[in-house]
Amino acid sequence: MDSALIPEGAKRCSFPKFAIGIAIVGAVLLWGVFAMFLCWFKGLNQTNMNDYYGFALWIWADLAVIAVGGGAFFTGLLRYIFNIDELKNIINFAVIIGFICYSSALLILAIDIGQPLRGWFIFWHANVHSMLTEVAFCLSCYFAVLTIEFIPNILENRQVSKVPFFHHLAHNMHGVMAVFAATGAFLSFFHQGSLGGVAGVMFARPFAVREGLLIWPWTFFLFTWSAAAFGPCFTLLVTKITETVTGKKLVNDNVVHLLAKISGWMITTYIIAKIIDTIYWAMVTAPSLGFKLSHFYTNNSFYGYWILITEIVLCGVVPGAILITKSTRENPTLRLIAIVLGVIGVCLNRWVMVLQIMAIPVMSFDTWALYFPSWQEIATTVLPVAYGIILISLTYRYLPVFPQEKELNTVEQITKTE
Amino acid sequence: MFPFNFEWIWDIGHAVFFGGLWYAISILGAGMTYCILKAAYDTMKDKGEAHH
Repeated sequence: MDSALIPEGAKRCSFPKFAIGIAIVGAVLLWGVFAMFLCWFKGLNQTNMNDYYGFALWIWADLAVIAVGGGAFFTGLLRYIFNIDELKNIINFAVIIGFICYSSALLILAIDIGQPLRGWFIFWHANVHSMLTEVAFCLSCYFAVLTIEFIPNILENRQVSKVPFFHHLAHNMHGVMAVFAATGAFLSFFHQGSLGGVAGVMFARPFAVREGLLIWPWTFFLFTWSAAAFGPCFTLLVTKITETVTGKKLVNDNVVHLLAKISGWMITTYIIAKIIDTIYWAMVTAPSLGFKLSHFYTNNSFYGYWILITEIVLCGVVPGAILITKSTRENPTLRLIAIVLGVIGVCLNRWVMVLQIMAIPVMSFDTWALYFPSWQEIATTVLPVAYGIILISLTYRYLPVFPQEKELNTVEQITKTE
Repeated sequence: MFPFNFEWIWDIGHAVFFGGLWYAISILGAGMTYCILKAAYDTMKDKGEAHH
């Protein structure tokens, strides 16, 4: 039915099977859209946010998708600026994942601001003393970069590329992609960093506040670093999931090993910096503000030392060690464990930096303020996941996303025949 | 957002924030304009060559 649109030589499931899959995920998407409209028409009283939790599940989801979407800017930087040629085989997919992550982040923000029709105020009436204004500027511009990076892949669709203008446009865009990738890296450095900077400058929140360099707290650099480190893990994870679902090998092992190795070294260096930062904060910063480390991890039913150990050791040191060691990195099971732990680790870091901050009592008369999101918040957070699955399914079916797909699967077929 | 907005002030904050924003927008705009114009030129050139 849609065979004319499918990339030449690629095998895809039948259209009815595809449509059923999309319909199932589409139902989840509609649930999220329903909750989204509830929030827009009835207001933020649909959420469990309150005076303690002005930043809640949505802002965690926002920071988490931006962190894991960092794979796009970092892979783009490596491919186009550092000229690592092997990564051309995964860059399309990294860009699509980044596009999904950043469009999801913008969608979540559009729900979170409560008055989406006034979203443009942040540009028109900008507060030039706020790190979040910088985040909004860079986020919007970087989304434009990702859209530009995604367009050539769309134009390479079998039918679209038959139009000479589109064929030339895709070719020309590839030619100047290094300029867009460099702009993207510049924008990502600042918005990833500023998201961490927001936490680090909150001097009334001793759990978050950090010293730093000039106007930038250490969390600024740690956030950028962690996005560059763990973003490629998410790219590899989604690639693995796509390979499992389609039952095909889509990216050659040498590309996966290379990206995993780079990610491993980034994670290892990041986690060393994070450990130093945590020790300095626990021994110097927090005590200077009158707080002991135990204040942040005791006397409540959820946030214990386990969260600190899980984030730093289990989801930081362990994946870093696995990915920098050749034998463990090249073991598919251990590599998968490492990238899953890495993705959990960066999401946990964002959770701690958004929600644990809000939970901890600051004043002497305060108590821990725990929060559980409403179903509307959960549905609107699941919405981007459903949207992501649908977009990946569509791009995989109709666009030449994986340049090695044909070659890898032909070889596999020959091996099977032999 | 623009110097003609009533709330605009010529200070370092506006210079850094909006300087950065317009710089990024200019690069993206110039890059896309170049690609579109060159694609139009290449398409016309192909058509011209086909006629000969």
